[in-house]
Amino acid sequence: MFKRLDPAARLAQAEPVRITVNGDTVACRAGDSVAAALFASGIDACRDTAVNEVPRGPYCMMGVCYDCLVTIDGQPNRQACMTPVREGMNIERQLGARKVQA
Amino acid sequence: MMDTTKCELLVIGAGPAGLAAAAAAAQAGLDVMLLDEQAAPGGQIYRAVTTTPVTDRRVLGDDYWHGATLVQPFLQSGARYQPQATVWAVSRMTAAAPDDGFEVAYSVAGEARMLVARHLLLATGAQERPFPIPGWTLPGVMTAGAAQILLKSGGLVSSGRTVLAGCGPLLYLLAWQYLNAGARIDALLETAPAGQWLRALPHAPGFLASGYLGKGLKLLRKVRAAVPVTRAVADLRALGGERLEGVRYTAGGKARELPTDYLLLHQGVVPNVNLARAIGVEHAWNDALDCWEPVTDAWGGTSVAGVGMAGDGAGIAGALAAEHRGRLAALQAAHLLGRLSAGQRDRAAAGPRAALARAVRGRAFFDALYRAPRAYLRPVGDTIVCRCEEVTADQVRQTVKLGCTGPNQMKSFLRCGMGPCQGRFCGLTVSELIAEEQGMHPKDVGYYRLRFPTKPLTLGELAALPQTDASRQAVVRLKK
Amino acid sequence: MANEQAVRVPAPRHRGVYDAVVVGGGLVGAAVAYGLRRELEHVAVLDEGDVAYRASRGNFGLVWVQSKGMGLPRYGVWTMASAGLWPRLAAELLDKTGVDVRLEQRGGLHVLLSDEEQEARVRFMTGLLAQPGMSSYEWKLLDRHQLADLVPGIGPDVRGATWTPVDGIANPLKLLRALHMAFARDGVDYLPRRAAQAIQRVDDTFEIATAQGPVRGRKLVLAAGLGNRALGEHVGLSIPVRPQRGQIIALERTRRVLQTPMSTLRQMDEGTWLIGDSQEEAGYADSAVGLPILGTLADRAVRTLPALRDVRVVRSWAALRVMSQDGFPIYEQSATCPGAYVATCHSGVTLAAAHALKLAPMIAAGALDDDMAPFSTRRFHVQEA
Repeated sequence: MFKRLDPAARLAQAEPVRITVNGDTVACRAGDSVAAALFASGIDACRDTAVNEVPRGPYCMMGVCYDCLVTIDGQPNRQACMTPVREGMNIERQLGARKVQA
Repeated sequence: MMDTTKCELLVIGAGPAGLAAAAAAAQAGLDVMLLDEQAAPGGQIYRAVTTTPVTDRRVLGDDYWHGATLVQPFLQSGARYQPQATVWAVSRMTAAAPDDGFEVAYSVAGEARMLVARHLLLATGAQERPFPIPGWTLPGVMTAGAAQILLKSGGLVSSGRTVLAGCGPLLYLLAWQYLNAGARIDALLETAPAGQWLRALPHAPGFLASGYLGKGLKLLRKVRAAVPVTRAVADLRALGGERLEGVRYTAGGKARELPTDYLLLHQGVVPNVNLARAIGVEHAWNDALDCWEPVTDAWGGTSVAGVGMAGDGAGIAGALAAEHRGRLAALQAAHLLGRLSAGQRDRAAAGPRAALARAVRGRAFFDALYRAPRAYLRPVGDTIVCRCEEVTADQVRQTVKLGCTGPNQMKSFLRCGMGPCQGRFCGLTVSELIAEEQGMHPKDVGYYRLRFPTKPLTLGELAALPQTDASRQAVVRLKK
Repeated sequence: MANEQAVRVPAPRHRGVYDAVVVGGGLVGAAVAYGLRRELEHVAVLDEGDVAYRASRGNFGLVWVQSKGMGLPRYGVWTMASAGLWPRLAAELLDKTGVDVRLEQRGGLHVLLSDEEQEARVRFMTGLLAQPGMSSYEWKLLDRHQLADLVPGIGPDVRGATWTPVDGIANPLKLLRALHMAFARDGVDYLPRRAAQAIQRVDDTFEIATAQGPVRGRKLVLAAGLGNRALGEHVGLSIPVRPQRGQIIALERTRRVLQTPMSTLRQMDEGTWLIGDSQEEAGYADSAVGLPILGTLADRAVRTLPALRDVRVVRSWAALRVMSQDGFPIYEQSATCPGAYVATCHSGVTLAAAHALKLAPMIAAGALDDDMAPFSTRRFHVQEA
């Protein structure tokens, strides 16, 4: 689990952003990346890999490792660490290789 | 269709090098555009310096807050700024006007755009060196840099058991910042082998004369007083099933195990070479730092005319050196684009050159002291080497024995380097493994051949690229 | 660039004269060497270093019959024969090495995105199969409706496609790996970083000079792609090959969706996608990637299968095809240096089975079959006359 330092916690309370993660509502802070919001809500693993379907979580937080891939608003393989949260955003854990939407 | 802009100087990257360069170039009268991937300026070392919720300066420290002094001059310089822009291809303008410079393709919010720039300045920075230990892919394991980004950008610290491991000043800096924030660190495992300081000793005079000594000692003292530090840790491995549960290692001849929720790994930073290599910039092996870096002249000029580089992406030298190199590269761009005479350029460069000399003094000592141990560059067995394609060290080593002697052939045989990270986290390891199995030096093994796109983008975005008659003819060939 | 002096090269297992030396370790050389080893005891493959032109890296992996042989029906027959032998090659490799090269021969499509394309295609296929001496196979023009049954989600811009049951695909990287593993198992001496510098005939043997010393063989096969041109001159073979650049786009892994491959769009067994195929005379520039061509390739792919619009491009390749004057393979034994052969083509995967199981035995036996005559370079002189 990652917890917020007091000033950050206060901001998160003052300007909360509500997103949905795997069906659950999660409150986070405006300016958080999706990856940060996941860590803050106690989620360390964001997907199962495409090759061997083993769990992974964000590794570098700066957009170069491509391990933080999640489905955001229906679009698969988006980097959680490079996407700022937005009110109403829907995040889903990816299980294996992504689908091709019809 | 695609939105196209023109500029004289395109700066890629908003870290210290990019910010200082863009500001200096705009001040010299150039029409400057800065593209950066992140939502706010600062790059990684000064990540979130304009937006961090951690406003108590004692937590992140003065060195971090120095980054804020680079932002205002940039924003006020007249340089254009496009955040959240990912550059994925660069090509020389074809035919008509080769002097016009480059076409640069980039994406903002999932939409491809093109830019035409006469001169490029790559300030694309560094990345964490891969640290392939068994279990390094488990959730709960991340880089020390990642933890630092969570702290800076989200005010987040780990609340479970936390172990830091590896080598390099960043590890101690993060520990210090965590302590300042009142966060928990259970152990710091140093991987530098016993006696490393002896190898660093010849460089000590430079370090002693530099500004790093005083700062360094204070920081070390605070961390050592509050955190159990274990030296010369060997055979480090992360344990766990679905996620990290503990670490195992050998120290002082004994095997030990520590339960932990988070493992923060760091063994130095290396230049992020992908864009520069794809553009064709010549690289050379830096033996002291065990990595590839672009070959640059005193102004950051590269082997490709019209392309300059500055900052850690041009060679690891730290944040202060980055900003001074940025200014020097900007002055050179202004000279090459006709705004400054050579004399004017040289006069303006005197200050940054002196500052640069001061900034790099002492670094050779760090580099030697914190050199990543070979065992951690050359994994064995089931340890994952290519995270994206899940290729193991053993597979790479066996394939060398089959006769595969280079990283590009290795890519063809095993798919390592073919995933979305495009070799950023496996390239150095693959080259080191081939070197070890062949009894060669990594510099003779070579590196992946990198091409565009430098970062993945959707097929739909690529489809928006302007086509030509020639391109259509090359693809749609109506057979007679 | 790699410093050739500083590298360590594996020592050859066999000392003395090889029964055959193949120059070139790509798909053509590897398949020929594999086949030779089934007949001969000591076989060596000489290969260059890591950064060589390596046409095999740009391979799409089609085992393709449709479209082959206009102007040289014998090529159509040769291709058909190779497709017929492919299951045997795949089974042998699986058995020997445990590597499944994922051959799928369920038919293939050539997609048409305009009425003009469709008319030209029908004329072409009709003319192709009407040639005397041409192999015969079933082909159909599918309309949109029929195509949608084979490829769900086919784009509205697609008019139709030509389909044959004899087309297929394999995994070219797995094929290369399987061949190399077979070398290790069967004792073929694979010798990398040994570029052939010169070739001399010394009594009954060919002496190939390399930086690591000479390599000798009783038979010689030049399968060095673009390098064949220079090497051929040493053994009385005039091999007019030139580079033709092709670019390919690779997409990220997705769940398997496309079961019927197209000549320009296919999905690999592991889920990644390949999009091709472009042809440019661009000299030896194999590292530059042309942006407009990527745009055209991407645009056609999106029009063919719109669902790919949000799938990510992970890499692109530019590789140099080895093109003869007329685009057909060259197989020939040197008249002035008997025992020296050339084998070159630009369809290394499709022809791998023929190379391993038909061509190699001919070389081992000492002469190409009479019906291989159309592939010799004499055809260029005839054309000139």
